[in-house]
Amino acid sequence: MPLRPTPEVRGLARALAASAALAGLLATAACGARAGEETVATESCVDTSGDTVKVGSLNSLSGTMAISETTVRDAIALAVAEVNAAGGVQGKQIEIVAEDGASEPTVFAEKAEKLIREDCVAAVFGGWTSASRKAMLPVFEDNDSLLYYPVQYEGLEASENIFYTGATTNQQIIPALDYLAETGVESLYLVGSDYVFPRTANAIINAYAEAHGIEVLGEDYVTLGSTEFSTIVNQVKSADADAVFNTLNGDSNVAFFREYANVGLTAADMPVMSVSIAEEEVGGIGVENIEGQLAAWNYYQTVESPANTAFVEAFKAEYGAERVTSDPMEAAYNSVHLWAATVEKAGSFAVADVQAAADGVSFDSPEGTVVIDGDNHHVTKTARIGEIAADGLLYTVWESDGPIEPDPFLEGYDWAADLAVTE
Amino acid sequence: MDLLVGQLLTGLSTGSILLLAALGLSLTFGQMGVVNMAHGEFIMAGCYTAYVVQQVVGDAGVSLLIALPIGFLVGGAMGLVLEALLLRRLYHRPLDTLLVTFGVGLVLQQAARDVFGAPAVNVSVPEALRGGVDLLGTTVPRTRLFIMALAVLAVTAVALVLRFTPAGRRIRAVTGNRDLAETAGISSRRVDAATFFIGSGLAGVAGVALTLIGSTSPTTGQSYLVDAFLVVVAGGLGRIKGAVVAAVALGALQAVFETYSTASLAKVGVFVVIVVFLQLRPQGLFTLRTRSLA
Amino acid sequence: MNRFLQTRAGTWTGFAAAALVLFGLAPLLLSGFRLGLLAQFLCYAVVAVGIGLAWGRGGMLTLGQGVFFGMGAYLMAMHLKTADAEFRGGPGAVPDFMELAGIRELPAYWAPFSSPAFTIAAILVLPTAFAVLLGLAVFKRRVKGAYFAILSQALAGAFAILLIGQQSLGGFNGLSRFRYFFGFTLADPVNQRMLYFIAAGVLLSVVAVALQLRRSRYGELLVAVRDAEERVRFLGYDAANVKVVAYAVAALFASVAGAVFVPIVGIISPASIGIVPSIMFILGVAIGGRASLVGPVVGALAVAWAQTALSEQFPSAWTYAQGLLFVLVIALLPGGIASIASVARRFPTKRTQVEAAA
Repeated sequence: MPLRPTPEVRGLARALAASAALAGLLATAACGARAGEETVATESCVDTSGDTVKVGSLNSLSGTMAISETTVRDAIALAVAEVNAAGGVQGKQIEIVAEDGASEPTVFAEKAEKLIREDCVAAVFGGWTSASRKAMLPVFEDNDSLLYYPVQYEGLEASENIFYTGATTNQQIIPALDYLAETGVESLYLVGSDYVFPRTANAIINAYAEAHGIEVLGEDYVTLGSTEFSTIVNQVKSADADAVFNTLNGDSNVAFFREYANVGLTAADMPVMSVSIAEEEVGGIGVENIEGQLAAWNYYQTVESPANTAFVEAFKAEYGAERVTSDPMEAAYNSVHLWAATVEKAGSFAVADVQAAADGVSFDSPEGTVVIDGDNHHVTKTARIGEIAADGLLYTVWESDGPIEPDPFLEGYDWAADLAVTE
Repeated sequence: MDLLVGQLLTGLSTGSILLLAALGLSLTFGQMGVVNMAHGEFIMAGCYTAYVVQQVVGDAGVSLLIALPIGFLVGGAMGLVLEALLLRRLYHRPLDTLLVTFGVGLVLQQAARDVFGAPAVNVSVPEALRGGVDLLGTTVPRTRLFIMALAVLAVTAVALVLRFTPAGRRIRAVTGNRDLAETAGISSRRVDAATFFIGSGLAGVAGVALTLIGSTSPTTGQSYLVDAFLVVVAGGLGRIKGAVVAAVALGALQAVFETYSTASLAKVGVFVVIVVFLQLRPQGLFTLRTRSLA
Repeated sequence: MNRFLQTRAGTWTGFAAAALVLFGLAPLLLSGFRLGLLAQFLCYAVVAVGIGLAWGRGGMLTLGQGVFFGMGAYLMAMHLKTADAEFRGGPGAVPDFMELAGIRELPAYWAPFSSPAFTIAAILVLPTAFAVLLGLAVFKRRVKGAYFAILSQALAGAFAILLIGQQSLGGFNGLSRFRYFFGFTLADPVNQRMLYFIAAGVLLSVVAVALQLRRSRYGELLVAVRDAEERVRFLGYDAANVKVVAYAVAALFASVAGAVFVPIVGIISPASIGIVPSIMFILGVAIGGRASLVGPVVGALAVAWAQTALSEQFPSAWTYAQGLLFVLVIALLPGGIASIASVARRFPTKRTQVEAAA
């Protein structure tokens, strides 16, 4: 192709050089702190002088995660209304600034920064996927603000600026394994979606299995949202394990359980222990496909306690009798109350004061009393194994002896020593 | 040996799902060069048709039989509207139809979310189709046998219509050479509308059938779309034969890759195979020889 | 106005005005947070300029620009992660997310990325080379039109799935939590402003390159290939090569945009580069005017801004708006905003019809 240096090409070089030089000049003129130097922390703009104080509620209201996260938004709003009705925090009414994370980590980071820097919120509640949390974490650290994250997750994280009110692995996965071992399970088959939580969970399960003499007969991953399970279910069937540990996410569960029932597998001969199926998801899978299967959480709508009765009643009164409550919703509901209690204890909305006062703050929650651990910013939680019943709800068949101390890095488990380096 | 047979059966059943999803696309893409990105949403419409019919009828078996023809009509009607309102204006801009129909798909998806809610809904499987059949040492779920049968039926029906009916002859004439067909007195506009009706109707049928194995949610259609397009591309423009072979081949390929590596890598592997394959046969598996330059 | 901008003096005036706005007015008027957002949008605009070249001028509808954007972004992110790790733990230290995933040793393919020079070279060369290879494979065999569009889309899907499966690249979570950018602390607002200037400089440079390509003989050839590929071939040119160049330049732009995007936004994950984000890149270009030079830039900025502004108040309405924008703009105004003036003057004009045929 003939491409002689025409006047245009020389012009190209000139234009390029000019723009680059201009940008370079300005960029170097604007250099800030280098690695290792102390930077001036951004001043917090939280305004506590008026009668109200703002908090952020950041959940995906559009996109694939909207299914789950809108329920969390409702629970947060309910808790805020309760706190306000009880006189507010430090005598101030709480005002929610709601934002849409759009199921995209970058949007979560952007909106978190907006909430902190433009809306000047005192704390943010929300996030669901680990990807969204990881995206927001540096924003909260750099701007020295607070995030309350309400979903069970894969552990191995602790930030000064995040409070984790959902379960970490030793409050969900390990109790589930303890339960299976107790009921005589000697071999497992692992099925999960291909992302971080299932992979970390399965690493823990493998280590646990090795230490406790359980045989892992297979480990399969499908792409997120995949609905093609014929190969995997046939492999599960021929492996003939005592139980299946399921870390699939979202729509994949529907296809998996249908295929599972279709090849003739039942809860009686090979139970499936799931960690991502709560009250909300059962309807879409179809109760007839999943009845009798197990789930591991900290909370079910059917938990019997005065606090839960009040929570369920209040929620149904606000959002409709046909709605159900689930574990992440309860954790989100708790997070608002825990924040309010911490602020009251600290006597201040300032981030440093809240962090300092957090240790030992407790809330009488629907799942039982939860207490914040000041070291790792997680909370104590009671583990519960639930069985899915014909009415679509989950009923507790086993629960831990009281709340379990959070141990995100699994430091208290010898067999887990090789899993991760602690920070 | 068992594993191999199992793979083959899985390939066949995955292939028949792909085929159901791709058959309608192959028709519309082949004839009009329209890349209908809303095809996935038409499939989703079929899924929700099955859901609504089941809510009304109650019995899962009866409702499935009723939903299949209704799904065809719902999908077909949506296709007709799309063709009449938008695609007709975009005749000589095939790439633009791709983007326009993507926009339509977005709107339909959000509409489904607003009407039926974001969570997946449950469509019960009829009693007769529950459980599996032991075949050559592996268990094949009855739902998959049903889908295979339906795919065979759909392909046969389309082939018969194209071959033996006057309407089919006109469709083939326009697919072969639009200008020549018009000079022969065929109203290509009406043929286009008819093709789009059939093609979109097939999406509706596919949707109804897919409720047997997958979930029914606003994003259901999306997950089948790209694979369906790959089938059409690999099969060759407008060739039903090509779509059949390509669907089964891709299904089998996916199953084999999946056994020896992970499901994720299988997807990537299939893509690489298709790019390499297009090197050998840029016009797809079976080419329709025309004298036009395009 | 348009005619004036075609002259040499007009071009320089245009650039000067753009520079004044980007380097002068914007930093003065916008808060730090909004300036950061604008920087992010400028990255999308850089991708859009490339798409304008490949699609608007070359007729290649690339639905897979997320692949190249992602490549640039991940390459940069790998450098930032290794640099962070070295700063904390010395040479060969393992980035934090790998420790958590149980990876004890730095994978071999990560090691070279501790060098800034290597990283920048990789960002410029790797995606471009990949685009050239893929382009040769596809265009030489005369795969075009819808076939090419679907292939490029499948590529984006496959690439995202591949990344999700790579634990050593952060898997589904992607790479995040960067502290330093070539030695500068990212948390410092002054450095964030520096990143904005870099994004603005990149955008101006990219527009300059696109402008020169359009005005050169190559640019004429590209349009000729778009409108009548066979005739160009009969004239003795290799149409495939012409297309490959435009495709590769678009890939290069996307890669650079991705590389600048990462330190500004602080995360890159497969969610930002799959099939849907890749198509969304197209929306701005279509709205602004695919065949014009400035149209894609304006369109991309407008769409990104509208998304942020609208989704704050009406999340579900924004999805409808996106869908309807696709339908209305492409069906009724294929030349985009850039063509409004000429459409209004003579309706319908011959020129827009030709451009619409792309």
